[in-house]
Formats: sequence, structure tokens, C-alpha cells
Amino acid sequence: MSAKNAQAGSSLWRDAWLRMGRNKAAMASLAVFTLMVFLCFVLAWFCKDPNAVTLTNKFAPPSGDHWMGTDALGRDLFSRILYGGQISILVGLVATAVSVCIGVSYGALSGFAGGRIDATMMRVVDTLLSIPFLVVVIVLQAVLSDWSSDTSSWIVTHWKWDKTFTDRLTNIVPLFFALGLFGWLTLARIVRAQVMSLKEREFVEAARALGYNRFRILVRHIIPNTLGPTVVYATLTVPGFIMYEATLSYLGLGVEAPNSSWGILIKEGANFMETHPGLLLIPGIFFSLTLFSLNFLGDGLRDALDVKASKD
Amino acid sequence: MLTANNSTKETPSSWLILSCLFFLFAGCESETAVDKATREGILLMGNTAEPKGLDPHIVSGVLENNIISSLFEGLVVQHPSKDGVALPGVAEKWYPVNKARPDEWIFELRKDVRWSDGKPLTAEDFLFAFRRILTPDLASDYAFMLFYIKDAEPFHKSQRAYLLFRNNDEFPLDWESLKKVDFGPNEKADEKSFNRLGLDHLDSKQLEELKKEPGRFTWPASVSEDVRNLIIDKSLEFSNSGRDLWDLIEFGATAPDPHTLRVKLNAPLPFLPEITKHYTWFPVPKHVVLNHGSIGERFTEWTKPQNLVGNGAFKLKSWRFNDHIEVERNPQYWDAENVGINGIRFLPIANLFTEDRMFYDDLLHVTYTIAPELIEYSRKNYSQYMRNELYLGTYFIRTNVTREPFTDPRVRLAFSMALDQEAIIDNVLQGGQKPAGGLVPPFGGYPVSSSVKFDPERAQQLLAEAGYPGGKGLPDIEYLTTDKETSKATAEAMQAIWKKHLGANIKIKQMEWTSYITNMFDKNYDLAAGGWIGDYMDPLTFLDMWMKDAGNNRTGWHSEKFENLLDRAGQTSDPQARFKLLAEAEGIFLDERPILPLYWYTRNYLLHTDVKGWDPLLLDNHPYKFLKLQRSADAPR
Amino acid sequence: MFRFILGRLLQGLLVLLALYTITFFLAKAMPGEPFTTEKNVSETTKQYLRKLYGLEKPLWQQYIIYPSKIISAGDFGVSTSKGRPVNDIISQSFPVSLVLGLGALTFAIGIGVPIGIISAVRRNSWVDWSLMAVAMVGICVPAFTVGPLLQILVAANIPGLKVAGWGSPLDFLLPAFTLGLVSAAYLARLTRGGLLEILSQDFIRTAHSKGLSPTRVILKHALRGGLLPSVAYLGPAFAAMISGSFIVETIFQVPGMGQHFVNAAIARDEFLLMGVALFFGFLIILMNLASDILTGLLDPRVRIGKEAS
Repeated sequence: MSAKNAQAGSSLWRDAWLRMGRNKAAMASLAVFTLMVFLCFVLAWFCKDPNAVTLTNKFAPPSGDHWMGTDALGRDLFSRILYGGQISILVGLVATAVSVCIGVSYGALSGFAGGRIDATMMRVVDTLLSIPFLVVVIVLQAVLSDWSSDTSSWIVTHWKWDKTFTDRLTNIVPLFFALGLFGWLTLARIVRAQVMSLKEREFVEAARALGYNRFRILVRHIIPNTLGPTVVYATLTVPGFIMYEATLSYLGLGVEAPNSSWGILIKEGANFMETHPGLLLIPGIFFSLTLFSLNFLGDGLRDALDVKASKD
Repeated sequence: MLTANNSTKETPSSWLILSCLFFLFAGCESETAVDKATREGILLMGNTAEPKGLDPHIVSGVLENNIISSLFEGLVVQHPSKDGVALPGVAEKWYPVNKARPDEWIFELRKDVRWSDGKPLTAEDFLFAFRRILTPDLASDYAFMLFYIKDAEPFHKSQRAYLLFRNNDEFPLDWESLKKVDFGPNEKADEKSFNRLGLDHLDSKQLEELKKEPGRFTWPASVSEDVRNLIIDKSLEFSNSGRDLWDLIEFGATAPDPHTLRVKLNAPLPFLPEITKHYTWFPVPKHVVLNHGSIGERFTEWTKPQNLVGNGAFKLKSWRFNDHIEVERNPQYWDAENVGINGIRFLPIANLFTEDRMFYDDLLHVTYTIAPELIEYSRKNYSQYMRNELYLGTYFIRTNVTREPFTDPRVRLAFSMALDQEAIIDNVLQGGQKPAGGLVPPFGGYPVSSSVKFDPERAQQLLAEAGYPGGKGLPDIEYLTTDKETSKATAEAMQAIWKKHLGANIKIKQMEWTSYITNMFDKNYDLAAGGWIGDYMDPLTFLDMWMKDAGNNRTGWHSEKFENLLDRAGQTSDPQARFKLLAEAEGIFLDERPILPLYWYTRNYLLHTDVKGWDPLLLDNHPYKFLKLQRSADAPR
Repeated sequence: MFRFILGRLLQGLLVLLALYTITFFLAKAMPGEPFTTEKNVSETTKQYLRKLYGLEKPLWQQYIIYPSKIISAGDFGVSTSKGRPVNDIISQSFPVSLVLGLGALTFAIGIGVPIGIISAVRRNSWVDWSLMAVAMVGICVPAFTVGPLLQILVAANIPGLKVAGWGSPLDFLLPAFTLGLVSAAYLARLTRGGLLEILSQDFIRTAHSKGLSPTRVILKHALRGGLLPSVAYLGPAFAAMISGSFIVETIFQVPGMGQHFVNAAIARDEFLLMGVALFFGFLIILMNLASDILTGLLDPRVRIGKEAS
């Protein structure tokens, strides 16, 4: 990439930033999201032990001791939410990032290449879409369950990492694998549809007439124009990933009990909706607030990037 | 095209139109589903899942039992309120030939019993049913329930060589001396060898091959060449003759006349009538079964709704897959005028919460269970319907005695004594379960054990003696459990309890059902959640599973002393002396404690007050014919 | 066009073959076998059962036998966990799922697309934000929460609506709502996003400057292109809706097809598993084809016929 292009690129992003700064909803969302990250990743370390069981103190109402009450085993709900948020935010963001990277490049390539390549690539997507996900999870669980503990103990003995921390980390790696494997499929279809429409547009033909090579056209002119729907769809998939994590954890592929995540808290809280709605509502509020902010942030980002469509 | 199967005949659009029409009339409904069903005499019953079938010889579950026991009836019938009491069923009278040694029984059948198609039911139908469930080709999971009958086991297991030689004078050896030879299939054997299939299961062609290449079956060195050849030759001769193994055995069950059934057992069995309450002992209509296939054919059409013929108080009315099964009065039933209800509708409701909410919404008379999370809520709002009854089952945690640290009985005892049963029952399960004092739950005249007790100090002491003071040196312990919410909550509670009292680090491994079972089979665990529900009213149903080769042991634990006691009990006729021996065996088992008993089951469910004549039963096998449906005064809303 | 569709269907056969191969080997790779139960099933019995289902044969034979039975007799095998033919199971449960899925689709499109349009037109106003917030609620609240909430709050209080069950025609309302909710929310967001993309383009500006009313511009010019992401999303989503959902079916006691995907996997019921997987694969192929054709119709610049060459 030449220096000139790099500069043009950076000013584009700077413009986008400026535009985003003027978007009230996006800025408010950014504040909320930052707050969530701060709560989960900083404040959490100063909270009570999220796994301390006090059976006699189950379902305690909020009090000075337990700000948001306790759960069915008498554990502090607030610190469980904060610790759980670490996993959920991480899973949501990493899985989405992975699926965006694969989905955009795959979809764009397929739509742009057209013909046989496109047909083959899209039939691969059809196949992957049809594979029964649960079977994959069961097989992965069987294959990777020993992997997690082995890797963890290897790291602990060789690199002297903290054991609890390493266990938590190695447990969720298979999760990224499972989610990343299938998360990008619909996104690839969406991007492809966009690219197929875009590549027949005037500005692409103009670029072609100027003699730019195909790769440059794809990367510099077409992909940026698909970013709008991509951002919108990607933010939509975050809650899906976070909830999937709960299901997978129950199947032994993810967070190991007694550790928690928002998905698990909501799943378990839903069972008490008649008797202790707080167990569903409070984690649900944290979860929804984060996702609201992510989506409005995504909208802001989309708007900020939008101007290129006519500018380019 | 791949999916060109006959997928649908209903047109969805007509459905939609219909539903729009019904919108208009929906408001008029005022009678609840339960009120309507009570008026019509139909019991609405939650039954967890779609049955695997209705063939009593093929299914093996509780939910299938619930349906089958309405369609078929055995020799005797469970008393509606008294455990362990038998009422006349197809048999009018039953008694052991020799009271002092009840190893042979006579059942006098009623002369007026008919199948639901009007054909008379005779002792021949029972003999046919016994032979059918034991037929190896049918591959019944539950055939072992009939192994008490003389020669039932060798026939079911196709023990050809044994049957050929046990009474054969030409045979140079005592058959017992061949005990070391594994004639049956051995799944661990090399795939190419005949040991994998088992010598007893080879057909003529394979036996010929073996004659040419004797190396394909590995014998123990103690068996001489002559004996080997003799066994192979005789087996081949028999296989070529085309005869059935059935001809070789002296089967214990016989019919001296069409209305008498004689059952000769391997050993005295004072509680045989109790066992015949189980559906594996039910008769099946010979004329119908053979009409749709041979005796050993597993999938025939005879249990299809239009073909099914039974002898129970009810007969099949309609069956919509995954939606409902409905049975109605069987006019041919011998006691038809005393059947209190007109029919039963079984609903396969898998989601416990849905089931409970359907009950709250007056869509069910009785639920299969209550979601533990809803017990508190039900107690508060629907207390008049709550049922909490003792059930013949024990929940326990298996230890893997082949893996450190549970190779040491002291560690097992320590983990058991540190397990605060009451705290878990009161706070996590909340279903009124009883802390398990031993393996066998309380019932009848059996002396209940109370050796399992919560004693954290002693537990710590034992753990220290085993070399892990305060949990120091204990490896991470893997606790295997299922993907259910309650299993997880229980696991988390125990994890905290063991951490607190023993300083042990438990890692919880959750898996879906089959992976969990498979890992348990492969002994790929340290601790594993488990449980056992009794098949019949006798301590033996809880004890004989811990013998060395019993398929449900899975702990790696075994003890000769324990097995000797069980053997001796098997030869004892006096019930008191027998119970004493069994209790002694249980004592040995608990001293070694390969499993950590947690609680004795209770059944928690919701029962509508319109249902009369439904009393607590330990096996939860309520005979439907004694039920009545009557609008009760305290009807809801 | 005809050649294009034919070509796609032929490619579909290859997809099904690939799908079959993957599912077959995945099913074999799962720990345990169909006859693993908590009861003590003897090795002898297991051997008979394996023989009965043809599972004792070498893997490559099994791999060939199943599809050849499908091709020669349309026979998808017998389910090991339900003890009945897979054909029966699919033919009895698919119509139910189809009704439910069509209901859910109607609901999703009927609510999602209009919300998306309104939001796009009133971009970054309070109307937009509140509509998008509603859509977000639809996405954030998972089906296993929506379903029970509907049961407790709606069904228990309105006579005529049952908590669960599938017998009277009204029974499909609540499950269809639950099933369609997430898709409605997705469609709202995707429609809005797609429209905004189009609205900033030159030809729309031209239309505006010509004095056409905004509604007319949207409906006549922008909507076609704006719906592209939604249409691409709907292909797999619709296939998923009409093949049922485990969660919705178990909550509302619907005898649909979705539960078999889960139950077959857990029971290691490989014939049922492959049967429903192939059926679902077939639906995916059809629906993605339909969605691609629709893309071509909406946006004439996308020449779909080209790829068949």
C-alpha cells in the first residue's frame, strides 16, 4: 500500500470518528459499554467471591451485604454477574470478530468471483448450514474435553500461570472454535448478495475502466461498501453467541461450573421466573444494556462509514 | 430426489383457514379441559416422552410401563394402596408347590379371560410370551427379568456348547471345568478373531472355517485339543441340523392344561408374584404376534394402533406421534364392570415446566413430576394437589475404585461422611427426599441400614489417615454429571461442601446423557452422579448390581465375601433369614462404600383432587382400574 | 432461468452427498452407540441389535448402504430410539413444523419489515430509536424466556389460549409468535440497515430532487435494493423456521420436527439424525435457491443466471 493510500485511509477513519462523535445515541452507547467493561473487568476483582456457596442464605433479597441478592445456592448475584460478564463479553466480541473476518472475506470473494467459484463456495455454505450443530458439539466435547485440562496443566507447570485463571481461559477456547466454525455462514450470504449488486455499479465499472486490478477493486471499493449491513448483522449475532455459550457450557464445552456467564445466569434464572424473577431480570438487564449499547454503537459506526458510498 | 418420501398429506393452508375460523368461536369455551375430562371419565396424564413402542418385550422404560400396564395385565395385579400385596389378575390363585422351598409355582388362570379381540387367553399365551422375550434375535433389553426361570438364561444367551454338553455322557470332562472359556461374545477381543463373536454364536460356515483354521479362536491352554475339536464338531453338527436351541433346554415354565401355568425356578423365590407384576412377565397374544411376523422379529406391525390386541382394562383408541396416546375401556376385559374410568390420555410432555404450567392451567389430572424449581411455588399456590411420596430408589455418587485417590476405602468413606445430605436436600432439591442411611431404601420387613451419616470430623480424620491431611496432596477430582439444571445445582453444592470439609478440589464435568453413560461405562471418571430405581419389591434389586460382572456396577469394585452372601441368600427360603443375609451383604458393601449414598428418592408430582383411589405406592405402579374421576368440591378457580 | 434452477438442483445433490458424508462420520465419532442405556444390556443383545440395524458391518459398507436404500426405495431407515421408520417420523412431524414456520414467517415479515422501513425513513429520530429498542428486546430475550412468559402472562389469563398443546387451531399462535420474534427483530434491523445503504445513493437523491414523495421513493426505488440483506438472511432462517425448533416445541408441546435434531443426536440415533439432517439440507438448498432468485428479481443488476454457465 502506498503512502498516499494509507493517508487517505486514515483520514477516512478520522472523518468517521468525527461523525460518530456527533451521534448522541452512539456516544451514550459507548459510555454504557465502557462502563460495563469497567464493571466486569476492573470492579469485579474487588467484589465478593462469586462461587462462595452459603446454602442457608439462598434467594436472599438485595441488602447491604448482597447488593442484588443471592441465587439458589446463596451465592452473591452481583459478583456472579460481573464475573460472568467477563466471559460473555469476551465470547460475544471474539466470536463476532472471528465470524466477521471469515464471513466478509468469504462472502466478498464468492460474490466477486462469480461463476463456478461462487457456486462452489456457496454450496459449501449450504452444506455447513445443514450440519446438525449439536452433533458437532458432542464430538468436539469428546475430543477437546481432555485437551482443555491438559493444556491448562501444561501452562501451569511450564509458565507458572495462576491455575484458576488458566482453567477458565482454556475452558472457553473450544467454545470459540465451535462458535467460529458456524457463526459466519449467514453473514457470508449477506455480504455476497451485497457484493453481487455492488460489482455491477457504475463506480466499480469506472474503477475497472481506470485499469485497477481486481483485488484492489474488491478491497478498496466493494468491501467498504458492504460494511453497513455487515456491522448491522454482526451486532445482531452477538446476543446469539452469548446465549449459545450457555447451551454449550451445559454440554461440557465452555464455562465449567461453578463459574458463570450471563447466558448461564439467564438460563438458570428463567427457571425461577415464577418465584424469584430477580434472578432472571437482573442478569437480563445487564445483558440487554450491553447489547443495546453495542447495537446503537454499530448503527453509529454504520452511519459514520456510510458517506463513502457516494464519495468513492 | 433424495427427500421424495411421502412427506405430507395434510395441506397447511386448510389448517390456517380453519384456525382463523376458530378464532371466532374460541371465546365461548368455559369448561376447562380437566372438567370436561372428569365429566367424560378420561384421565389426563403427563408422561414425559413419546414411548419407544408398546411391545412389552422390547421397551424398558417407566413411561412405557405407564401405558403398557393399561393395555396388558399380568398374572397378578398390584393392590391399589398396599405395597407388596398382589390381587388376582389373569391368575385366580397362585401358590408354591412346596411352601418350605418356593422354587416352583403354580398359577391357576381364570377361565373367562379374553384378548381384546374376543379370543380366549390361555397359559399357552404366557409360554409364548416367555419364549419370545427370551429369544435372542428379539434382543430384548429386559430379558434378564425372566432369568429366575429354569434354563431361561442359557437359552437367551445362546449358550450352545453348555447346553450340548451339560448332560452329555460322552463328554470327557465335567462341564464346570470349562468355566474359564469365554464362549460368549467378547467385545474387547481382536476384530478378526472368532472370540469377538463368541464360539456359541458362530454359524455353520464360520464353524467350518474354524475347523480349517483353529487359530481363529483362542482357547485357554488348559483345554486339550480333543476337547476343543469335540466342542467344535458337536456345535457344527447341531448348527447343521437346523434345530433351535429351544429344543435343547428344559424350560421351567410349562402348561399342564390351558388354564394352569407351572413355573420352575432356579432357586427359591418367595416374592415371585411381585416380579410377575412387571410387564416383562405379561402375556402377548400369540395369534396376533405370529400373524405379523415370526417370534424373533423385532419390528412387526402388531403394535400398530389398528393391530394391537391386549388383555388389559383398556385398549388403544388413538395414537398421534409425539402428541398423545389415548386408551379407552376394553369391553372384553374380565373385570370390565369394575373399571372406574372410561379412558386415559397419555401426553408426552418432555419439558417439566410446561407440564407443571399445564397442570396449573387445568390441562392435566396428574403430572409425571414437578420441576424442582417449581416445588416451592406449587407448595404455596397448589398445596392441595402436591404429592410427596416415598419411592423405591436411591440416589448416589459412584466412585471409580480403580483410580487414585478412590482406590483407598478410607478416602471413599471420608467423601461419604463429609457429604452433608440434609443441607443438599433441604436447600437444593427441596423435594422432601430422605437422607440415605444405606443402599437399600426402607420398605417392608427389611432392616434399614443407618451406617451412612454426616460426620465431617471423622471424615477429616479418615482423609488424614489415608495420607491427605486437610486435602493436601489430593489431585483434582472429576465429577461427572448430566446436562440437567438440577444435576448442576447439586454438583455445585457438593463441590462447595467437599471443599469446605475436606479441602478437596472438584471439577464438574457436564455432558449430555449418552456421553455421560459412555464415560461412566468406560470408567472415565473419578466421581459420577448416579441412581437406581428398584424393579421389584426386594432388596436384591439394589444389591445384585454390585457383583463383579454385573453390567451396572461400573465402579470397578467387587468383593467375594459380598457375592458369597448374596449366593447364600439366594438359596435361603425363610424370608427373615434371607433378609438377614442380604443385610449383612449390604453391611459389607457400605463398609467399603464404592458409592456415596446421597438420598432415597421421593416422587413429587401434582395430582388433581378429581382423581379418587390414587394412593401412594413405593413402585409408583398405580393400577388404573381402581381409579375414579369425580368432580371434587374444592375444584380450582 | 430454467437452466439455472436445474443447475442449482444438480449442485444440490452434491451438497446432500457432502452433507451425508460429514453427518455420517460425525455420527460415528460421537461417544457411545444407540444401544447405550442406563440399564444393563448384555453384549449378546447388543450384537443382535447391531445386526438388526446393519451396524455390525464395516464402516464403508454402512456408508454405501444407507444412501442406496434412499435412492432405490426412498427408505431413510428405522429410528433406533423411536422404533419406527424415519420416513414416518418426518412425514408426521414436518407438516406441523410447516404450519408453525409459516405462521412465524408471516409474523416476522409482517412486523419486522414495516418497522425497518419506518425506522429508516425517520432515521436517528426518537421514533427510530424506540422502534430499534423494541427490536433489540426481541433479540435479547431468548425463546426459552419468551415462551414461558407468554404461558404465564398470556395463556393462563386468556380463555381459549392453552398454555401448551397442539390440538385446537388456536394452539399455533403463541409458539409461532415465539418462533418468529427473533426473526422479526432481525428483519427490522436488516431492513433498516439495507435501506439506509440505498437511501444515500445517487439515484435516490436524483429521485428526491425530481420531487417525488419520500414514501414513493422508498417503496418504488429504495425498497428493492434495501431488502437484499433481509432476503439473504431469510433463506436459511426460513428453512430453520419450518424445520422446527427444539426450544419452542418442548415449551409449547408441539409435535414438530425440531426436537428430533436434538433427541436423535443425544440418543445416537444415526438414521433419524441423518434423515432429518438430509431433509433440512434439502430445505436449505431450496430456500437459498429461492432467496437467490428473489435477489435477482429485486435487483436486476445481479444476473443470477450467469453462475449456472
